[in-house]
Amino acid sequence: MKTETIAAIATAMSDSGIGIIRISGEDAVSIIDKIYCSKNKKKKLSQVKSHTIHYGFIYDGEELIDEVMVAVMKGPHSYTTEDTVEINCHGGILLMNRILGVVLKNGARIAEPGEFTKRAFLNGRIDLSKAEAVMDVIQSKNEFALKSSMNQLNGSIYKKIKELREEIIFEIAFIESALDDPEHISTEGYHEKLTVKIEDLTKRIFKLILSSENGKILKEGINTVIVGKPNVGKSSLLNLLAGEEKAIVTDIAGTTRDALEETIKLHGISLNIIDTAGIRSTEDAVEKIGVEKAKKYAKSADLIVYVVDSSVDLDESDEDIMEMIKEKNTIILLNKTDLDPVITEDDLCKKLDDLQKESSINIDSGIGLKNRKYKIIKTSTKENIGIDDFEDMVKEMFFHHELKFNDEVFITNMRHKEALQDAYDSLLLVKRSLEDRMPEDFYSIDLMNAYTSLGIIIGEEVKDDLVNEIFSKFCMGK
Amino acid sequence: MPEIREQVDVCVVGAGHAGCEAALACARLGLETVIFTVSVDSIALMPCNPNIGGSSKGHLVREIDALGGEMGKNIDKTFIQSKMLNISKGPAVHSLRAQADKSEYSREMRKVLENQDHLTVKQAEVCELLAEDLNEDEKCTAKKKIVGIKTFTGAVYECKSVILCTGTYLKARCLCGEAITYTGPNGLQPANHLTDSLKDLGIEIRRFKTGTPARMDRRSIDFSKMEEQFGDEKVVPFSFSTNPDDVQIDQVSCYLTYTNEKTHEIIKNNLDRSPIYAGVIEGTGPRYCPSIEDKVVKFADKERHQVFIEPEGLHTNEMYVGGMSSSLPEDVQLAMYRTVPGLEHCKIVRNAYAIEYDCIDPMQLYPSLEFKEIKGLFSGGQFNGSSGYEEAAAQGLIAGINAAQSIFGKEPLILDRSEAYIGVLIDDLVTKENFEPYRMMTSRAEYRLLLRQDNADLRLRKKGYEVGLITKGQYDYVCNKEKMIDEETNRIKNTMVGASKEIQQFLEKMGSASLKTAASLAELICRPELNYELVSEIDEKRKPLPYDVIEQVNINIKYEGYIERQMRQVKQYKKMETRKIPEDIDYGDIDSLRLEARQKLIKFKPVSVGQASRISGVSPADISVLLVYLEHFKERKALLDIDSKKN
Repeated sequence: MKTETIAAIATAMSDSGIGIIRISGEDAVSIIDKIYCSKNKKKKLSQVKSHTIHYGFIYDGEELIDEVMVAVMKGPHSYTTEDTVEINCHGGILLMNRILGVVLKNGARIAEPGEFTKRAFLNGRIDLSKAEAVMDVIQSKNEFALKSSMNQLNGSIYKKIKELREEIIFEIAFIESALDDPEHISTEGYHEKLTVKIEDLTKRIFKLILSSENGKILKEGINTVIVGKPNVGKSSLLNLLAGEEKAIVTDIAGTTRDALEETIKLHGISLNIIDTAGIRSTEDAVEKIGVEKAKKYAKSADLIVYVVDSSVDLDESDEDIMEMIKEKNTIILLNKTDLDPVITEDDLCKKLDDLQKESSINIDSGIGLKNRKYKIIKTSTKENIGIDDFEDMVKEMFFHHELKFNDEVFITNMRHKEALQDAYDSLLLVKRSLEDRMPEDFYSIDLMNAYTSLGIIIGEEVKDDLVNEIFSKFCMGK
Repeated sequence: MPEIREQVDVCVVGAGHAGCEAALACARLGLETVIFTVSVDSIALMPCNPNIGGSSKGHLVREIDALGGEMGKNIDKTFIQSKMLNISKGPAVHSLRAQADKSEYSREMRKVLENQDHLTVKQAEVCELLAEDLNEDEKCTAKKKIVGIKTFTGAVYECKSVILCTGTYLKARCLCGEAITYTGPNGLQPANHLTDSLKDLGIEIRRFKTGTPARMDRRSIDFSKMEEQFGDEKVVPFSFSTNPDDVQIDQVSCYLTYTNEKTHEIIKNNLDRSPIYAGVIEGTGPRYCPSIEDKVVKFADKERHQVFIEPEGLHTNEMYVGGMSSSLPEDVQLAMYRTVPGLEHCKIVRNAYAIEYDCIDPMQLYPSLEFKEIKGLFSGGQFNGSSGYEEAAAQGLIAGINAAQSIFGKEPLILDRSEAYIGVLIDDLVTKENFEPYRMMTSRAEYRLLLRQDNADLRLRKKGYEVGLITKGQYDYVCNKEKMIDEETNRIKNTMVGASKEIQQFLEKMGSASLKTAASLAELICRPELNYELVSEIDEKRKPLPYDVIEQVNINIKYEGYIERQMRQVKQYKKMETRKIPEDIDYGDIDSLRLEARQKLIKFKPVSVGQASRISGVSPADISVLLVYLEHFKERKALLDIDSKKN
C-alpha cells in the first residue's frame, strides 16, 4: 500500500549548530533527487548505496539554499522502516524552514505530531511493549500542537480565516441546496457571480500565504515578560528596546494598567516583549486586573525580565514577584543606578537565597533561578546604561540553549502555510472548472476542500457544517 | 388459553415501503416470511407526497433496483408523470422523479406481495417481541437473541429474525391545530403496544415529528392562474429491468403557484394556534421539509414561497398541495390556502396535519441494521429516524438482505460510502448523531461523482447477484455492458486524429478551437462544446452501441480528471474502512484516548477505524492512538492464541 511521504525538522529549532530535516516514505529518495545537487553535479541519490552520507547542495529550483550532508537510508533498515533521507544542514530557523518548505513543495507533506514514531511502531520497528508510550506521545504531541496552533494564531488572521470560511460555505450551501431542490432554487447567473467571488477569495488567501512566508501569521519569538513593582522603569525599558515611545512613562506608579506587547529583534533573535502593570497590592479595580494579567503572562513566559528599583528597599511585593519567577528563566535588572543605591546585588542575592531555602522544591534541577547563579545586571533606563549588557545576556542565554524558541511555532507556521496553499490550490481548481463551464456539482467539491483546509488552521472540523448552513440559509422542501 | 403458534423464519413488522422491501427480499431468498400490517389496505401507502425519487432519492431507487428491490419496478408500472431533474447540471446529480398514482402504487405492491412465494401477508398488530438471553458461549456484544413476536390477539410467531419497519405508527399522534387525534397517518390505527416491549428489551426510544399539507378537490382549483408543468418528452424508467418503450405513456401535469404576503400575514396572526409554536408538539421535526409556518417565520424576508399542485392519481380528484404542510387549525388552513392564486375557492378534502411518532436512535444499530444488543433483530425506515419513502425502502431492503444473510450464516451486506448512496444513508444513520428525521441529500455523499444514478447497475448488480436477488442473466448483462464500455473507452482514448483539413472544418463547425497537432478523440470529447456523440462524424471506426454504453463512455471520458481524483480519495478512505475493529475491544484499556473519545467509542462500537473517525468527538489523534493500539492488540492476541494452543 502506498503511504504518503512525510517530512519534518528533526532537531531542535534554534539558531545554532546544525539542523536535520527528516523525510520518510516511498518518495523520500525521489524528492531529495529533485532538490539535491552534488559538487560535480552528477551524483543521483537514488543510485547511491543505503546508509551512506553525501556532501552537496540543496536547491529551490535554480536558487542555491544551503550546503548540506545528506544521509540516505533505504527501508526497512531505518527508523520508520521506510525509505528515509536526512538532510544535515546549517542550523538557523529560517534556513531549516526554507529547506523543509522546498521538500514539501516537491511532494512530501508535513508530518503529523508524533507521526515518525507512529510509523516506526506500525511498521514493527518499535517493541510492542512500548505501545503505550507511543500512544501517549501521539496524543500529547497532538494536544500540544493544537493548543499552540490556537494560542499562536494572530487574532486578526484568525478572524480573516473565519470570514473566508463563512463565505465559502455559504456558496457551497447555495449550490447544494440548488442541487437538492432544483425546483425551488435556481442557479441562473450564478456562474458569473461565483467567478467574481472566487477571484476575491483567491486574492485574499494569497495575501495570507505571503504573510505566512513573512512569519506574520503567528506570534513568533521568545515570549518575554517584563515584571516588577510599579514605577521601577519597566515601560522605559520597553521603550528603550523598541526604540520608540510605545508605553506611556510617567512618574506616577501604576501608569501601565494593561499589558503592552512589542516584538523586537536583538542580534537576530526575536523577542515578543510584554510590558505588564506593576505588581503591588492595590485596591484600584482596573489596576488589579492588570496585576492579575501580569501574573498570568509571567506564568507562560519563556523569559522574565524582573526590574528592581535600586533606590528603594525590597518589600513584600518583591517577595511576591520572586515567588512568581522562581522556576523561570529570569534576568534581573537592578535599575535606576543613576540614583543613590539603597539595595545592592548582594542584598538581592541574599533575598533570593532565603526564598529558595524556604521553598521545598528541589533547587538543584533545571535552569534559571534554581541555578543559584542569578543573572543580575545594573542598568539605568534613564541614562541608557547597561542595556547592551542586557542584550548580550539574552544572546548568550539563547546560544547556550537556556532560552528556546517554542519549536511548535515554526512547525505550526509550516502547517498553516501548507493548509493555506491547499485551500488556494482548491480554489484555483474551482476557477478552472468555471472557465471550462463545468456544472456546479463538480466545483462544489473543490470549494469544500478549500473550506476543510482553512478549517485545519483554526482547528475546526467540518462534520455537519454544510447541512446546517443549507437549512439555516436556504428555504427548501415540501 | 388456546393460542395460535406458528413457526416461520422471518417476521416483518409493518408493510410500508421499508417493510415491503424487507419482506420481499427475505421471501425471495427462500425464507418463510410473514409481513404484519395494521391494515392490509394500506400496504405501500404514500401518506405524504405523491411522488417517488427526486434529487438523491432517485439515486436510492436506482440502487434499490440494482440490488434486486421492488420500488423501481413498482413506480415504473404506476407513474403518471416523470422528469429527470438537474439535467443542466453534472451527470452525478441528474435525478429521476416520478409522480405516482398513489392508489395504483399501493395496489400493485400489494399484488406483488400477495403473489410472492414464501410470503404471507397478515393483518395484525404486533405488540410484543419475544427474546431470550444468549448462552454464555454465544455472547458477543449482544446479550439477547430474538425468538419471535406476539400479536395483540395473542398469536405467537416463532422466528429467527424480526425486522421492525413501523414507520410513523408507533404511539402516533396527529395534530391539526387544537384538534389532536391518536391515530397513524391518514387516520389509520396506530400501534400503541409495541413501544413498551421495545423499552423492556433495553431499546432507547425517542420521538420525531413530520407533517403533510392538505389535499384539495381538483374541481375547486383554477389552474389558469398557475404555471403548468409537464413531464419529460422521453421518459427514462427507474428500473434497469423495465423496457424503456413501456414507459412512454401519456402524462398528466403538475401546477406551480405561489404564496404571497396575505398568506404570510394570516399565518403570522395565527401562530399562537399552531401546536409547534404553542409548544404542544414534543417531537423533533425535519428542517428540510419545514411547515409553511416554519418557512414564514424562519425566512421572513422571502416575499413568496413556491406551491406545487400535484395530482394524487388518475382516478381521484384529490390534489396534493406541495410546499404548504401545516399543523394550523382547520379554519386558518382554509383561509391561508385561499389566499394563493388559483386556490381562492378551493375545497379541502383532507386537512394538513403534523404527526408525532416513536422511533429509535439508530446508533443502536450496526451498519447491517441489526441491533447491537439483540441478535436477530433488524430495523429499517422511519423507525430508524429517517424520512422519505426511498430512504425507507433502501433500509428495508438492506435489513431484509442482512436478516437473511444472518440466518444463512453469511457475512452481512454492508455498502460503504464510496459504493452507494445507500451506504452513505446507513453510515450516517448509525454513525452520526441525528437530531431530526434524516433525509438523503446529494451533498451528504462525498464521492458522488462516482455514485451516479446512471451507473447504479455497474456498481451494485454484482452485489445483488451474490446475495441472490439478481439473476444470472441480469448479472451477465451488466458484465457484458462493462466490457463494452471499457473497450470503447480505450478505443476512443487511442484513436488519434490529425490536424487535417476535414478535422479543422469539423471543429470550426462545432465552434471549437482548431488543432495544432494530432490529438486523441478523447481529448476532443473533453472540450466543453463537444461530446461523444458529436465527434462521431470524425470517428470513422465507430460501431453502433447501446445507449447506456454510450452514456457511460461519454461520462468516463469527459469527466475523467474529476473521476480519477475521486477514485484517489476513495482509495484513501478505503484504507481506514478496511481496518476492522474487533468486537471484544476494550476502550477502557486505552489510556491515551481522550475521555470524550473513549466514551463515544464505547457508545457507538464502530466496526472499522473509518467509521470511528466519523464519530463526532473522535479526533485524528485518537484515531492514530487507536491504530497503534489495534496493532498492539493483534500481536497480543496472536501471542495468547499461541499460549492457548500450547496448553
